[in-house]
Amino acid sequence: MNKLKRLAGWIWMGLAPAAVWLLASTAHQEIARNPTVDTRIQWTVFIVVFLPIAFGLLLFGWFAWKGEYDHLPDSSAELPED
Amino acid sequence: MRLQQQDQTANPIWKVIGASSVGTLIEWYDFYIFGSLAPIIAAQFFPQTNPTAALLATLATFAAGFIVRPFGALVFGRLGDLVGRKYTFLLTLILMGGSTFAIGLVPGYGQIGFAAPIIVLLLRLIQGLALGGEYGGAATYVAEHAPDEKRGYYTSWIQTTATLGLLLSLGIILGTRSSLDTDPLISVQKFEDWGWRIPFLLSILLVGVSVYIRLRMKESPLFTEIKASGKISKNPLKESFVHRANLKMVLLALFGMVMGQGVVWYTGQFYAQTFMENVCRLDFGQTRTILIWAIVLATPGFILFGWLSDRIGRKWIMLLGMFLAIISYRPIYRQMLSISDTKGMTADPARSRVDRMILPAGNSDHSLVNVTTIAQFDNGIIEKEVRKDTLFQSEKPTAKGKGKTSRTLPSGLYWQMILLVFVQIMFVTMVYGPIAAFLVELFPTRIRYTSMSLPYHIGNGVFGGLTPFIALLLTTIRQGDPLVGLWYPIGVATICLVIGTLYVSNRIDPNVND
Repeated sequence: MNKLKRLAGWIWMGLAPAAVWLLASTAHQEIARNPTVDTRIQWTVFIVVFLPIAFGLLLFGWFAWKGEYDHLPDSSAELPED
Repeated sequence: MRLQQQDQTANPIWKVIGASSVGTLIEWYDFYIFGSLAPIIAAQFFPQTNPTAALLATLATFAAGFIVRPFGALVFGRLGDLVGRKYTFLLTLILMGGSTFAIGLVPGYGQIGFAAPIIVLLLRLIQGLALGGEYGGAATYVAEHAPDEKRGYYTSWIQTTATLGLLLSLGIILGTRSSLDTDPLISVQKFEDWGWRIPFLLSILLVGVSVYIRLRMKESPLFTEIKASGKISKNPLKESFVHRANLKMVLLALFGMVMGQGVVWYTGQFYAQTFMENVCRLDFGQTRTILIWAIVLATPGFILFGWLSDRIGRKWIMLLGMFLAIISYRPIYRQMLSISDTKGMTADPARSRVDRMILPAGNSDHSLVNVTTIAQFDNGIIEKEVRKDTLFQSEKPTAKGKGKTSRTLPSGLYWQMILLVFVQIMFVTMVYGPIAAFLVELFPTRIRYTSMSLPYHIGNGVFGGLTPFIALLLTTIRQGDPLVGLWYPIGVATICLVIGTLYVSNRIDPNVND
């Protein structure tokens, strides 16, 4: 199971840039189709919000590949304090 | 466990649940009435003829839901982990109630010009900010009072509030809309002129009661203990999102559970309503009552699945809800379309009629022609089409303008539609009922409020909140398939299902006192 979790990490790492590309190309098409301020704002908000989420997905995939999810903490004692 | 039991005498659990749930329910109510009344608010404050006002409308819609909500989760989450749960979610309640009440008082664009949309935009942003801070506080507060073996059951009461808030907003809007005059048409007109303010103004009473109740509550026993022992986090944001060990749990919560839960929630309770109104072309009032019935019948599901999650774990209940949604959305929506379809049906001439009304058009020599065609079909559906056009002098009185069609379902089909929406809301109860307990158990007390609030509001506010927009976008890209919009929630839920199955644990944390 842990091997599968690690391998799947590559899928999540690949999905992140794919999602950003899909979002950017759709935004480009939609703004070209309807070049109003409204459309520009909508798509700018989507991109601003989704970029960090996509980065989060990339990071999630990286963590998975590195085996960070092989064992989930049973107690907060396993978490470092500031 | 010991701490929670000690606290039972000071804060009995049902008092804790009541105080938390009522406040959260009111916050959802406040947030939804703006969305439900968006077309009326747009006409009052954001006239489309003025590009700047229309721009502010777009900002109000998008910014409040997608940017400010997660930002509120960070601001109030941090505050909740530093100052305490009680005062933080008291503050969010006051901010939400105050801004909702104030929206009801703002004069329209016609009276004060640009100041009106700017004020409304600011108030809407405060609403989004407050909502971002409320849920995490309420869920944490209840969970930190609940005994370990009933955490899912007790927190599931908090989970009913989003749906009941929607129900309350629908009920108050429908009730106000129909009670302002004995003539239904005049009542609707009065509602659109000034009556829409009533649901906003009413909020202050509800918030007043809730603030009073919450003021009498004590701080969470777990937070009090870590505060007394000096174990409060110095920097909850850094600890939550910079420390690798906790960040990986935040990411797991988001991608392995909350984003799928968010799209299932919004599809069942918002997209279903939009679909009935815009694709099935059902009457405004009937779509609302269908949703109300479905919500009322399905709401006990939140408690049932919260309770069940204490016995068999949270993970598989939520993932099963996602799986059922994925495989059944397209058949359900195909059936919704089928039962409201009049294609190939014959209208009964005895029960069909055309009403034509010609009205003067302001100060011009022309007139307005309003043609209403009412047809009743074999299956009992009544279809009403209203066409409006300007009638120029010397023209025959025809109406060539764009028509608006609305259908009213007969009793049998109406109940079939309720059943189809009910099934979708049952999926919502499966994914949403146990999620508060699931999130609480993922994070330690000292950073719980911050850590659980952000993934919750990204999953619900961004992934879930985008469902109607992306679904609509897909229908414009691939016209001809009315069900194409469903690929967005199906796709997101499928990714989440795979991640959740692989990485999320079904273990119930025996001790959240850490």
